[in-house]
Amino acid sequence: MSQISIARPAPIAFPSRFKPLAVNLNLRAYFLLAPSLVFLVAFTYWPVLQVLWQALHQQDSGHTVFVGLANFTAIFADSAFRNALVNNLIYAVATVVPSLILALGFAITLQQSSWVNGLLRSLIFAPVLVPLIAVSSLFLFIFLPGIGLLDHYLAMLGLAGANWVGDPDIALYSIVGLTIWKNAGYYMLFFLAGLQAIPAEAGEIAMIEGASHWQRLRYVTLPYLHNSLAFVLVIALLNVVTQVDHIFVLTKGGPSESTNLLLFYVYQQAVEHYDIGKASAATVVSLVFLLGLSAVSLRRMEQSAEAQT
Amino acid sequence: MSRRRFDLDDLWPRFGRVAVIAAAVLWTVPFIWMIVSAFRPSDQGAAAMASLIPDYRPTLDNFREAWADANFPLYYLNTTIMVAGILAVQIVTMSLAAYAFARVKFPGRTVFFYLFLAQLMLVPIALLVPNLATVARLGLYDTLLGVMAPYFATAFGTFLMRQAFRTIPTELEEAAVLDGARWWHLIRYIYLPLSKPALIAFAIVSVSAHWNEFLWPLMVINSPDNRPLTVGLAMFTMGAEGAQAWGVNAAGTFLVIAPLLICFALFQRRFINSFVTSGLK
Repeated sequence: MSQISIARPAPIAFPSRFKPLAVNLNLRAYFLLAPSLVFLVAFTYWPVLQVLWQALHQQDSGHTVFVGLANFTAIFADSAFRNALVNNLIYAVATVVPSLILALGFAITLQQSSWVNGLLRSLIFAPVLVPLIAVSSLFLFIFLPGIGLLDHYLAMLGLAGANWVGDPDIALYSIVGLTIWKNAGYYMLFFLAGLQAIPAEAGEIAMIEGASHWQRLRYVTLPYLHNSLAFVLVIALLNVVTQVDHIFVLTKGGPSESTNLLLFYVYQQAVEHYDIGKASAATVVSLVFLLGLSAVSLRRMEQSAEAQT
Repeated sequence: MSRRRFDLDDLWPRFGRVAVIAAAVLWTVPFIWMIVSAFRPSDQGAAAMASLIPDYRPTLDNFREAWADANFPLYYLNTTIMVAGILAVQIVTMSLAAYAFARVKFPGRTVFFYLFLAQLMLVPIALLVPNLATVARLGLYDTLLGVMAPYFATAFGTFLMRQAFRTIPTELEEAAVLDGARWWHLIRYIYLPLSKPALIAFAIVSVSAHWNEFLWPLMVINSPDNRPLTVGLAMFTMGAEGAQAWGVNAAGTFLVIAPLLICFALFQRRFINSFVTSGLK
């Protein structure tokens, strides 16, 4: 190709070597994507196909047998799975709603930059950087009945303590409390970023018009935070499905399955019961949820990309 | 101006402020307890363990015991190898892909881009059963490489770098091409250096995420010598239960979380900005 362009002067004004470069780059694009694609295929696409296939099959004395939806029937007949599913729903609502409200409140209160606000933001953000597993080993003592931190200080206030992670009626809510503490600071950051994007005039005009704090929050601030809210909601829901480290240390899904969550159930089936069929069927259930979540967030990303251009 | 409503309306922000300060204090209680207990002498008895007041002569005994009970130096080493290895490979894979998405027009670009983005939600941990099988089949079971491999490609990093690459003027690239630069020169000497803020943001998010990861390494790693910090800590915590062990447990936890918290204290603004950037705007 370069020979041709040397032999014949290009008719257009651009230097002739740009054209072959562009053609080469076209093929090169796939070469550039290849390293990432190798790992995406091996650890994202292929596993999805594999899990779908395994959910429809069962290992029977060394043979793999097609069993149709039997694995799904089996997990839905398994009270542990049903508990995990219901728990996960409760856990989702009970962590996400308070976390978002708290995060929003923190962000609105701490939006002005000053060193005090900076310090408060950092204190609230700190748990985000701590491994969930380390948090859990701290909360092991905080939740300890009788001599634990929570009971100790409740007793000082004259309040009765509880068996925070040992009582099936409240264990899940103790886990919820820990999760809110751990994640609210993370969500706060996105609201802080969203608040910065609000033009100062918007609030000033409302103030001149005599709007109260509540009215300004309701009609000026919140509409501007729509995008941040949508994003934080997606991230928070993703966390609800993919983080179970605290379950592992604090409760192991107990007492009486009251804190079992979907991913922990998958782990138990795969690692403790070696039941790949059930583990895969349960994984498919969580994938359905994750795919729904991605559809929503991709649409949102597309919209914001369009808004940019 | 709004004097007539002063009594009620102006009270709300103040109330909010007091509530947030109270929350921030409450938020730090677990850390305060950890620090106070980690330095508490063990002869104070179980009843004193819940106290948040350091009414004692600080001792390093708990740290000594934690250090002796679990091989923390080795766990530190393993975690460091893990996060550094993941980050190094990620930088290569994501900058190549990001360059393709940002600057090369090719058939199927949109489709490939969406294929990449799927990984944002289909996170490797959600696919732990098939991924464990793949890692085992590749002969990577019980190796740090096996823990790292699923993270070598990163949709988030690719997306972030693509955004950064797009802001770089094409004139720079064209001038370099005229001077005889090849595509890898362009990425190495133009695109990456000019995308440093995005690169640092990604590095902070990636390192914190993998430093903190637990369930996946727990499944891949079998021998104690290959444990990262999180797995080491969990085994240590579960082995150390018992009335006298709380101080040692606090000291062990302290050892695990100190590096990231110290980095955060030193580079707060950078950390916070990085995490905001992870919001894929």
